[in-house]
Amino acid sequence: MERTGAEIFVESLRKEGVHTLFGYPGGVVLNIYDVLYDSDIRHILVRHEQAAVHAADGYARVTGEVGVALVTSGPGATNTVTGLATAYMDSVPIVVFSGQVPTHLIGNDAFQEADIVGITRPCTKHNYLVKDVRDLARIIKEAFYLARSGRPGPVLVDLPKDVIVGRTEYVYPETAKLRGYNPTYEGHLGQIKKALKAIHESRRPVVYAGGGVILSNASRELTEFARRLRLPVTTTLMGLGGFPGSDPLFLGMLGMHGTYRANMAVSHADLLVAVGARFDDRVTGKIDEFAPNAKIVHVDIDPTSISKNVQVDIPIVGDAKNVLKKMLGLVHGPEWEDRDEALREWHGEIEAWRRAHRMDYGQGKDVIKPQYVVEQLHEATGGRCIVSTEVGQNQMWAAQYFRLEEPRCWLTSGGLGTMGYGFPAAIGAQAAFPDRVVIDIAGDGSIQMNIQELATAVQYELPVKVAILNNGFLGMVRQWQELFYDRRYSHTRMDVAPDFVKLAEAYGALGLRATRPEEVRPVIEQALAHSGPVLMDFHVDPEEGVYPMVPAGAPLTKMLLL
Amino acid sequence: MRHTINVLVENEFGVLARVAGLFSGRGFNIDSLSVAETQDPTVSLMTIVTRGDDQIIEQILKQLRKLVNVLKVTDLHEGQYLDRELVLVKVAATAETKPEILRLMDIFRGKIVDVSPKTYTVEVTGGEDKIRAVLELLRPLGIKEVVRTGKVAMPRGMQNGG
Ligand SMILES: Cc1ncc(C[n+]2csc(CCOP(=O)(O)OP(=O)(O)O)c2C)c(N)n1
Ligand SMILES: [Mg+2]
Repeated sequence: MERTGAEIFVESLRKEGVHTLFGYPGGVVLNIYDVLYDSDIRHILVRHEQAAVHAADGYARVTGEVGVALVTSGPGATNTVTGLATAYMDSVPIVVFSGQVPTHLIGNDAFQEADIVGITRPCTKHNYLVKDVRDLARIIKEAFYLARSGRPGPVLVDLPKDVIVGRTEYVYPETAKLRGYNPTYEGHLGQIKKALKAIHESRRPVVYAGGGVILSNASRELTEFARRLRLPVTTTLMGLGGFPGSDPLFLGMLGMHGTYRANMAVSHADLLVAVGARFDDRVTGKIDEFAPNAKIVHVDIDPTSISKNVQVDIPIVGDAKNVLKKMLGLVHGPEWEDRDEALREWHGEIEAWRRAHRMDYGQGKDVIKPQYVVEQLHEATGGRCIVSTEVGQNQMWAAQYFRLEEPRCWLTSGGLGTMGYGFPAAIGAQAAFPDRVVIDIAGDGSIQMNIQELATAVQYELPVKVAILNNGFLGMVRQWQELFYDRRYSHTRMDVAPDFVKLAEAYGALGLRATRPEEVRPVIEQALAHSGPVLMDFHVDPEEGVYPMVPAGAPLTKMLLL
Repeated sequence: MRHTINVLVENEFGVLARVAGLFSGRGFNIDSLSVAETQDPTVSLMTIVTRGDDQIIEQILKQLRKLVNVLKVTDLHEGQYLDRELVLVKVAATAETKPEILRLMDIFRGKIVDVSPKTYTVEVTGGEDKIRAVLELLRPLGIKEVVRTGKVAMPRGMQNGG
């Protein structure tokens, strides 16, 4: 039967199992919206297209499914760029559909025309301009396949108006065939055996796990592997939740704001087993002095990640879950019985580092410490919730003090560091899991970048709890000015801020405020008890810093502790 | 080190932009690039000449392979491939230089393809060394303009195209 492009679009989404769509309409996508009017796909009308993409991203991170956003041409499309770049840096599977002017007008500077395929080429895994309605179904199939397979990532599909209204026979392909795209899932057995031999010989091993562990759903395998072989584990910001935070083998996060013991352990290791991590500069510090004595095993599905920043001794290209499973299958037998004994000294050293320095803050009687708010949020929820963060100090305190036990509960913009990510991402997560507690740990700066989404949360009854660690500053930038620019706080103080309680009320949400330590817990309890969205405004110590800190470009051992 | 890389790509719009964007976005150099359709009209071949240490070349190869529209990437090894480039050179033609230009074209098997009262335009085809030598010898005669195609390359003998 002949269908219009708009009908094909909606039907194909259903075939892909899409239940929820985040979007914002406009001229060229009106026909799609007209079809959506009768469809059972839930459309969530955001208040800014950037938020549609972050929401799709949050949805994808918590569910492991592909998140979907739909926007109009021109400004609608350009507003998605930050969201796409955010998802690209963190390898999140999303598909963004943008409207486009009719094909015969492309290149004419038509009304609301933007070359969004050109603009987003470097920040998508792949993108498409659909030039003929007969290609539409195939391209949608490919877009979803590309987004979720291999190293996941965002895909953009640009839909000209004439493609949307054009008609053709509709057959949704069973599979996507892309002759230039064949991700490697199985790790090479020879390399895996080499890695195991190195692990067996090592006396000071550390597992360094990144977001790839979450993306490939490999947390169980990683946990079993580390426990069986008694391997200490540190994770990146993106890997948090990939290994249980309460496990004695867990060293905490490494890198610029990592724990003392994680950074010391990595710096003194004789073997580093990197799994789904990419040796980002915020992790390695001064690259020449990163893990200087360690042999490096690197498991990653993306060959370009291997030996990009550091020379790897034993590369294994493959899916983290598959590779860890294969490894687990090979570590039986008497030669693997002696692990406790073989690593006793090393665990002793790590324990000494743990005692030598613990993260701490002194919660006094008068001023709320931001870390205290994070810990109270953890305690009040038992840690059983989804946490998103904004960017800055709030993000780092959340990473340090909100202990995560499980994967896919942690939404943070790690690679791009996008302020304004956390709240819409939380909305996306809440849309996926209406009954779970979803908390956005926010800064007073970042929250204002997508505050308009309060309306979305209220309209769709998505009861996200936002906890603003309100320090009156662009705190992380202020901290750098304090440490490296003689306390010259150039343009980081926000002298004017909205009254967040009134602001919440203006949107029809609940606003709460705490200015003293004893008010923190009651505010949290009240927020959790409320059935709708809540904005919590915690007035915290304005000049509290995030520590430990490795100054940019310094080796990991040169931590400022305080 | 200089490397010559052959890249088979889908013959689609935007593919050249993806490859070029990859090089510019990651700060890799392109010394020359040539593209044209292959025997199979759905596939194009790019020959890219680039520079970098081993680690950079490895990244370039991997990043190229990562592009969805790239079908095959071959790093051509010194001595194991044929390469050709075509140059057009407009040279000042005076009573003294004319015989020398003709003599050089004879030696290098080049051709005079256009003549004006004051210039000769010559066409020379060859490998890197030959092109360099011709340009060096023509330079003192007064080169007005040079146009080069960039090189195309093909593995020798029985090896697969790519
Ligand atoms: C969109 C965007 N603009 C600028 C920055 C640079 N930046 C990083 S952290 C930060 C301060 C964030 O302030 P706030 O949200 O109040 O968080 P705090 O550090 O105070 O917890 C800024 C401006 C960024 N990461 N993202
Ligand atoms: Mg702040």
